[in-house]
Amino acid sequence: MSFEFLEKFRDPGLCRKMLDRMEAGLYDDLRFMEVCGTHTVAIFQSGLRSLLPEKIIHLSGPGCPVCVTHESEVNAFLDLAVNERVIMATFGDLMRVPGNNGRNLKKAVADGARVKVVYSPFDTLKLAQENPDDIVVFIGVGFETTAPTIAATMKLARQQGITNLRILCFHKTVPLALDALLSDDAINVDGFILPGHVSAIIGTHPYDFIAEKYGKSAVVTGFEPLDILQSLNQMVDWRNKGEAHVVNNYTRIVGDEGNPKAVEIMYEVFEPTDALWRGIGLIPGSGLEIRPEWEEFDAKKEFGITIEDCPPLKGCKCGDILKGIKQPDECPLFGKACTPANPVGPCMVSTEGSCAAYYKYKLD
Amino acid sequence: MSDKVLLDYGSGGRASQRLISQLFLGHLGNDELNRLNDAAELSMSGKLAMSTDSFTVDPIFFPGGNIGSLAVHGTVNDVAMMGAIPKYLTCGYIIEEGLPMDDLEKIVQAMGEAARHAGVAVVTGDTKVVPKGAVDKIFINTTGIGDIIADPVPSGDAARPGDAVLISGTIGDHGLTILGTREGLEFEANVQSDSAALNHLLVKLVQELPEVHVMRDPTRGGLATTLNEITTSSNVCCELQENDIPVRPEVKGGCSILGLDPLYLANEGKFICILPEEYAEKALEIMRADPLGQDACRIGTMTDANPGKVVMVTQLGGKRLLGMLEGEQLPRIC
Ligand code: SF4
Ligand code: SF4
Repeated sequence: MSFEFLEKFRDPGLCRKMLDRMEAGLYDDLRFMEVCGTHTVAIFQSGLRSLLPEKIIHLSGPGCPVCVTHESEVNAFLDLAVNERVIMATFGDLMRVPGNNGRNLKKAVADGARVKVVYSPFDTLKLAQENPDDIVVFIGVGFETTAPTIAATMKLARQQGITNLRILCFHKTVPLALDALLSDDAINVDGFILPGHVSAIIGTHPYDFIAEKYGKSAVVTGFEPLDILQSLNQMVDWRNKGEAHVVNNYTRIVGDEGNPKAVEIMYEVFEPTDALWRGIGLIPGSGLEIRPEWEEFDAKKEFGITIEDCPPLKGCKCGDILKGIKQPDECPLFGKACTPANPVGPCMVSTEGSCAAYYKYKLD
Repeated sequence: MSDKVLLDYGSGGRASQRLISQLFLGHLGNDELNRLNDAAELSMSGKLAMSTDSFTVDPIFFPGGNIGSLAVHGTVNDVAMMGAIPKYLTCGYIIEEGLPMDDLEKIVQAMGEAARHAGVAVVTGDTKVVPKGAVDKIFINTTGIGDIIADPVPSGDAARPGDAVLISGTIGDHGLTILGTREGLEFEANVQSDSAALNHLLVKLVQELPEVHVMRDPTRGGLATTLNEITTSSNVCCELQENDIPVRPEVKGGCSILGLDPLYLANEGKFICILPEEYAEKALEIMRADPLGQDACRIGTMTDANPGKVVMVTQLGGKRLLGMLEGEQLPRIC
């Protein structure tokens, strides 16, 4: 998409109008949660956060895959990274995520582990071919946005007869996590800004339950300021009318039905399973695991890895932050014991994590 | 000479001498270097600026330059940022055994051209060849020295509230080129490194303006990190206007694909100039008259609002912090 086109979604005059309109329609607080970390960053980076009316209470949700990767999953990939037979392949985000005892992948590399940052899961095919005597393990972290590409990579690997590629599958799916949040009484959210990227794959219908079951609104939203403002305005209007809807505002990218082909590939290779979410805990059916027909790619099987609940890192309030119960700067460690240089929790590591966004962008 | 660099070439014996006389002197030679003494004899006086840097860039060849030209530009610029005329360079080569001789020649040749263009002489040097795997292809260290002509001498702690903040051109070109080439990515249009020697332009500035507070090149860590360093040491606040920061559309595009922020990408041919408001227009005029400064523009103002911080006024008119880069920029998941 051209940048000239995107500029239209950043028009300062239009944004001002939308902000004024919203302000005029706000009678009490609106607590909205943006599920996706890219929205968190967009809201800060554009300066929108400093312009939103005070009655708009902005919460960051469980939408960054790094942040919700469970402690035990982190420990599992850190353990595996030091296995001599293994070349670990990962997206850059995971390099600094802390496990127990202050370990992380960066330190593992310094100690001799072979870890390769890749830009696309497809890069692992070449890596596997170039290192026939090793096992290349890709850390499969992410939502519906990344899982289909990884599924496609596995299909290609099979076609090309690559036998030394494994996937350490920690994929999670978004809608069930929102269901879990909404069913928790401690959590108080009036509306959701739904992730554009995830919705591009699964469409809008998996979110219909938000309005039907919980009477809250949710809007699939693009990442430009006007996208976000338009969605917020709608949610204010609906609330004033006592209505709740789930709609798609990101029609330039997202079809209501999503991308059925990508979903098909994803479920050809993966099947739903229970998953542990950091800070939230076990959410039945919210994860993906490799189907038995594809188990030759399953790193958990190959290396006998089991994932069990374990206590959270000491002091870290990531759970409360991911659930919108606390704001990052309400965590006692924020900016003190926990900084991007020395992150205690993943919300501070991930560039899309809410603590990192607060630390990086928030002025006062 | 063989077509690959062998350990022999670093032995100090005949092979080394052949390498030096045929290759290095061929491209870098000048009266002082040609004497091949153990040290160079120089005459300098007054205030001097000196700087050293080691270049380990991967890939060693990239659109817009190579490690040889970069090693000259980087150090020449560092010396010149002090309001100095860079005069002499040293160079130390650490070469991995097996490097194709053609590659080495291209690098030394580029270094020679860059030095001539910058008007500096390489007066002493060193070559070592190390076993395969001990370094990655080639590392180069350069040290530069020059006569300071500016008074006051520009310095990172000299920014004052009210100063104008200027940049000499578009940012992020070098960093994106390196990352893109390293990962074998093709970008829409041809993005290339901006690597260049800025000394002639910098000298003009300090000669023609009565006072320049800070000159800095935003290399590693990019514009954002460099400005943070300046605001910290000067204890002032830098307020930037997002709209005014020049970034090429192809760099913006490449960055958004990779999940990178051009404000944190390295530049090798740009500089930040911070000076009293009253000289800002004149400074821009001087910069724009030079091909290396033709896109120069004002990007912000120093204030006393949030000492030590860089604040971005966004396109929307909102404000946010522009922090330091933490570690290296890593591409994100999606
Ligand atoms: S873009 Fe994808 S990975 Fe990034 S925060 Fe949103 S859902 Fe998460
Ligand atoms: S500030 Fe650090 S410790 Fe606190 S919640 Fe965020 S990541 Fe966890």
